[in-house]
Amino acid sequence: MKKHLLSAADLTVDDVATLFTTAAEMHDVQHREVKKLPALRGRTVINLFFEDSTRTRSSFEIAGKWLSADTINIAGKGSSASKGESLRDTVMTIASMGVDAVVMRHGASGAALQVSQWIDAAVINAGDGTHEHPTQALLDAYTLTRRLGTLEGRHVVLVGDLTHSRVFRSNVLLLATLGARVTVVAPPTLMPAGVETWSKDVGFATSYDLDEVLPTADAVMMLRVQRERMSGGYFPTSREYTVGYGLTRDRLAVLGPDVPICHPGPMNRGLEIAADAADAAQSLVLDQVSAGVAVRMSVLYHLLAGEGGHA
Amino acid sequence: MPAPDPATAPDDPVTDARTVLDGSDINRALTRIAHEILERNKGAEGLLVLGIPSRGVDLARRIASRISQTEGVDVPVGSLDITLYRDDLRRQPARGPQHTEVPADGVDGKVVVLVDDVLFSGRTVRAALDALADLGRPDAVRLAVLVDRGHRELPIRADHVGKNLPSARTERVMVRLTETDGHDEVRIAGSWEGDAR
Amino acid sequence: MSPQDRPVLIKGASLLGEQTADVLVLDGRIAEVGSPDAPADADVLDADGLVLLPGLVDLHTHLREPGREDAETVRTGSQAAAVGGFTAVLAMANTNPVTDTAEAAERVLDLGRQAGLVDVQPVGAVTKALAGEELAELGLMARSRAGVRVFSDDGRCVSNARVMRRALEYVKAFGGVVSQHAQDPDLAGPSACCHEGEWSGKLGLPGWPGVAEEVIVARDVMLARHTGSRVHVAHASTAGTVEVLRWAKAQGIEVTAEVTPHHLLLTTDLLAGYDPTFKVNPPLRPDEDVRALREALADGTIDAVATDHAPHARHDKEHAFVDAAFGMLGLETALGVVATVMVETGAMTWADVARVMSSRPAEIAGLGGHGRPLAVGEPANLTLVDPAAATTVDRDASVSLSRNNPWHGRSLSAAVHATLLRGVPTVREGRLA
Repeated sequence: MKKHLLSAADLTVDDVATLFTTAAEMHDVQHREVKKLPALRGRTVINLFFEDSTRTRSSFEIAGKWLSADTINIAGKGSSASKGESLRDTVMTIASMGVDAVVMRHGASGAALQVSQWIDAAVINAGDGTHEHPTQALLDAYTLTRRLGTLEGRHVVLVGDLTHSRVFRSNVLLLATLGARVTVVAPPTLMPAGVETWSKDVGFATSYDLDEVLPTADAVMMLRVQRERMSGGYFPTSREYTVGYGLTRDRLAVLGPDVPICHPGPMNRGLEIAADAADAAQSLVLDQVSAGVAVRMSVLYHLLAGEGGHA
Repeated sequence: MPAPDPATAPDDPVTDARTVLDGSDINRALTRIAHEILERNKGAEGLLVLGIPSRGVDLARRIASRISQTEGVDVPVGSLDITLYRDDLRRQPARGPQHTEVPADGVDGKVVVLVDDVLFSGRTVRAALDALADLGRPDAVRLAVLVDRGHRELPIRADHVGKNLPSARTERVMVRLTETDGHDEVRIAGSWEGDAR
Repeated sequence: MSPQDRPVLIKGASLLGEQTADVLVLDGRIAEVGSPDAPADADVLDADGLVLLPGLVDLHTHLREPGREDAETVRTGSQAAAVGGFTAVLAMANTNPVTDTAEAAERVLDLGRQAGLVDVQPVGAVTKALAGEELAELGLMARSRAGVRVFSDDGRCVSNARVMRRALEYVKAFGGVVSQHAQDPDLAGPSACCHEGEWSGKLGLPGWPGVAEEVIVARDVMLARHTGSRVHVAHASTAGTVEVLRWAKAQGIEVTAEVTPHHLLLTTDLLAGYDPTFKVNPPLRPDEDVRALREALADGTIDAVATDHAPHARHDKEHAFVDAAFGMLGLETALGVVATVMVETGAMTWADVARVMSSRPAEIAGLGGHGRPLAVGEPANLTLVDPAAATTVDRDASVSLSRNNPWHGRSLSAAVHATLLRGVPTVREGRLA
């Protein structure tokens, strides 16, 4: 495993297998009375969040604490560009305190990669702009693997605002590594630029027609669509979006009861996912959250526990 | 330093190795240990046998099944991984934990018998006691090992020992079990740099 | 004797890469070409194997003074220009305060004269404070000592068609030209930081498509036709822009265009590491655009190479990619890039280089004393180039105050050996004289 986790592309099949095996053990710890392992005693993990995300930050915080790391949350200023301090100044200051890992969320794509070039500590990308969110992809794949056994050859369908989705970018990379057949679905305005070229390099298919794709899906991953996108002219109304790309009751019926449904949250019920689908027995939404802690424990453990796992 | 995991140790490349326990020796030792456990506990009541991965788990299963045969009751058996509790985690590349499996009713109020293949420095057992404490509060914890080769670095001793095997610190003790290695045998060999156990 | 009075004899230079001759410079002008006798006190420059060009003229430089003297000053920018072989640069108006008055223009002119290394010719803003709404005092800037002829809101597009039309009409009175930063703000959103295409999609960076440039260029050439005025396309970056230019020129529309050295070589894939050194506006484009731009430069569809030299302090670049400042250094490396991509490849001769880096830009900017033929009586604004030199760019060797150098570590062919401003060497042996 590499020193940093910046992109889902950093992970090999073997890395993922190792991370998942460990995550399964960590998952068991979640159900114990004493949810504490000494593995990262004496390690310091900074959760550096330039963009608010209660969900991801708490997940990493719990993961670090259950592994006995000293976990500190620091809220980064939005863009420090206007305040005279560069991003480099900001992270160098924090790194100088002697930390072993920085879990970083930033509104700008590539920020985690840039930071990894400046500091000695391990950098874990907890979401960089509209680029990647590798631990989300890991927990999605972990959850689906537990449900489906393997992802090899399985048809996974991702639907939603792909242009602005870091979850999509990490997921297609990881799912390709795991041998899944992936189709991403969105209206043309929410398809990322140039996807017709680079989808071939990564290995996934694209479609504008959800109803054509759904009948062969082995799993469906719905992505959040922000209502603000309407003002950008990406789609006319939420009603029209739902009719074209929402996981409605009718589409749920097409899926049948055995096809798992994922959503990274937070959900826009009634927009991209109907309440019936969100709460269906096949919905893995809460399993994803619970897996999030286990997977992040596993990531922290493998990046930090062994020799060299510190600054 | 705790012993390296024998499951990952390379095949014996040493020619001067000699067998100290063969299959039937191991059989007899485990049977004796099972009886000692029963005597000490005055029956199978409240027993929980936990093996330390990987070969300790196989030994735990064998001991539990001997107790079950003798007493006619099912003795619960499980595994207790100590990877995350090791005191030398930082001295080697991180490796994944192995499976911990404890019966649904947990360890509280049980007499836990920890089982490992070789007792050496005692650090593995120390880690196991910590791991056990995080799972709950047993009434008592006992330790059964197939081989005690001495050289303790911590104040730990076994309650049940298959064979006391005086050894040099630099010598290697290799345990092979049918479940993982195809046959039962304990061998000792001369110095094998950096991998003594 | 002051250096102004000392004769200079350039011995054995190949004029425009063609015939070899000695050139005698007296009183700031070319006095003789051929085999003149050197006066006893002459400063003799051995130019054996070197190519003599008219001094280079940069239509597009950001000198940052006034306002950001920590990134560049008129003096340090002039030094970089001289080292790059330039004898005249047009200083863009987007300083703080903006060059949108006669006084501001004269101030830049005077700072240039004090530095005395190149002629610093101010560009005036098209609109007050570059706001795109009301015309700046174009006429007063034109009548000032600075004699401003080129107007540009560079960094921002004059996107309002009515304002652009009026500006084009107004500058006709004094032979001015509007240099347009073509970027439709509706198609290139405020967060756009790179080319929209395969790489922006993969990297999750907000991009802007080539069409955002092309629609403005298309509109502007039609406005130029309608107004009978001159429009200049700053830093053309796409193949579509080239097509529009080709069509417009065929119609006889008065449109000229420049391309930067970086758009002739650097491509979008350099963004893979999110290094803000490669963040520039217009953005680095894909290979197909680069090829079209080279071809257009060679066939004259694009008139000139201009650097868009844009120094930035380190702390303005050490941000996340979308937050970092736009722009890259260019003055010191421009000739080497053009030599590498155009001359080495056989696409252009040294005479062509003189056209695109000196005579055409001087004509576009209305600089009478620059870009002249290498002939007797012409001002001795000259650049001596070593065509056989190969240099590896070292950003720390730059005389600019800034280090945002996208060419660091690359090897470029040819090197500026000497630069003469009105007969006075400003650079010798590649270093400031």
